[in-house]
Amino acid sequence: MNKIAVIDYGMGNLHSVMKALQYEKVAAILTDKPETIRKCSGIILPGVGAFPDAMAEIKKRKLLEVLTGEVEGGKPILGICLGMQLLFSCSSEFGTHKGLGFIPGKVVRFDRKMKVPHMGWNSAETAKKESKILKSIKNGQYFYFVHSYYCVPSDKKAVLTKTQYGNTIFTSAVELGNVFGFQFHPEKSSEKAMVVYKNFFEICNGRTAEH
Amino acid sequence: MLTKRIIPCLDVDKGRVVKGIKFLNLIDAGDPVEAAYEYNLAGADEVVFLDITASHEKRKTIIDVIRKTAEKVFIPLTVGGGIREVADMEEILKNGADKISVNTAAVYNPELIKNGAKKFGSQCIVLAVDAKRKPKGGWEVYTHGGRTATGIDVIKWVKKAESLGAGEILLTSMDADGTKAGYDIELNRAVSDAVRVPIIASGGAGGPEHMYEVLKEGKADAVLAASIFHYKEYTVRSVKQYLAKKGIPVRL
Repeated sequence: MNKIAVIDYGMGNLHSVMKALQYEKVAAILTDKPETIRKCSGIILPGVGAFPDAMAEIKKRKLLEVLTGEVEGGKPILGICLGMQLLFSCSSEFGTHKGLGFIPGKVVRFDRKMKVPHMGWNSAETAKKESKILKSIKNGQYFYFVHSYYCVPSDKKAVLTKTQYGNTIFTSAVELGNVFGFQFHPEKSSEKAMVVYKNFFEICNGRTAEH
Repeated sequence: MLTKRIIPCLDVDKGRVVKGIKFLNLIDAGDPVEAAYEYNLAGADEVVFLDITASHEKRKTIIDVIRKTAEKVFIPLTVGGGIREVADMEEILKNGADKISVNTAAVYNPELIKNGAKKFGSQCIVLAVDAKRKPKGGWEVYTHGGRTATGIDVIKWVKKAESLGAGEILLTSMDADGTKAGYDIELNRAVSDAVRVPIIASGGAGGPEHMYEVLKEGKADAVLAASIFHYKEYTVRSVKQYLAKKGIPVRL
């Protein structure tokens, strides 16, 4: 069905993501049921909080298998903020923890000398020329960020946008096949930014239409 | 590059916007939901609601305002005022706010910061500090809307709050508040040098030149203002244009 499964695993910004989807007229359901996730055309993994807690919740709710199965089967997934970080192989937040492993690479903390969290509006410079998910988003558009850790993909092909904080230039969005991630919060980045949710919905539905 | 944030603040009493002059004499003027929406259109980077209702049934009123705002305003919303427990925080966040600001309750129960940060993450917990200059130098923390002196030193308090998990400091100078004579630059610089979390300067904004000073000289990461925006003396956009011309990075 042409619907997005927003994964409910008790981590933060679920409702603001749902409100943004509603605003963009994207059909979505908040769920932690594997059978519902399987039926939907795409998956959004939101998240605010700590990496190890989030992975523990995913495991506790028995979501690891369905997420891995669906994403390996080609279903598009979009991770937001912590949700993007979870897509990676591992994180160094509170020790070393394994992530979902859809994107090879790691998640590391900003330098202790910088003000952390990196909080506020920063620009995203596009590294890839063509991307359906960034349709009608201009290069250098401002988005709202709030995070202390950032993703380091080991495969340069995964880098979708880059953002500079202090002297650090980090990957602020990723795209690798059917796997997408935003470190920023489109749902908090004003009306102009929320079109990315609609773009994601179109990617998901385009794929269902092909089948 | 990370931009400096311009944050309009709305004092809300029984679901209506008011603005206090030196924490006294409130004048009614407007619907908070509409005001937040207008600020969003004008380019505000965030919006803060400070609930100053004194009665108990207030919670319902502000929750209703938060819910309605979250439906149409897609920028971060901070809510403060009268938050005493983690359960209060949860209710506010669940209804669509992104951050909670704590002041009095955190001074008397610092564990509130720790427990809130543990449950919702440091990024949700804003420590609001009302600071007043001491005759012999330094600043003292005041609570209860600026009515009660605590004897606590501001610098010591913000350091402690940071270690407990506060993700941001909303710093109000009681000396400057309502004067429109400019922010307390020295206070902002002292706090900014003492902690590694972002500082929102508050109290004393009379115009964009004051914002420039506190962002540049005071090392603040964001500026909060109420009356100059509320009474339309300046728009958020005109302030940002001024700052951009002076070389301050802002989102336009």
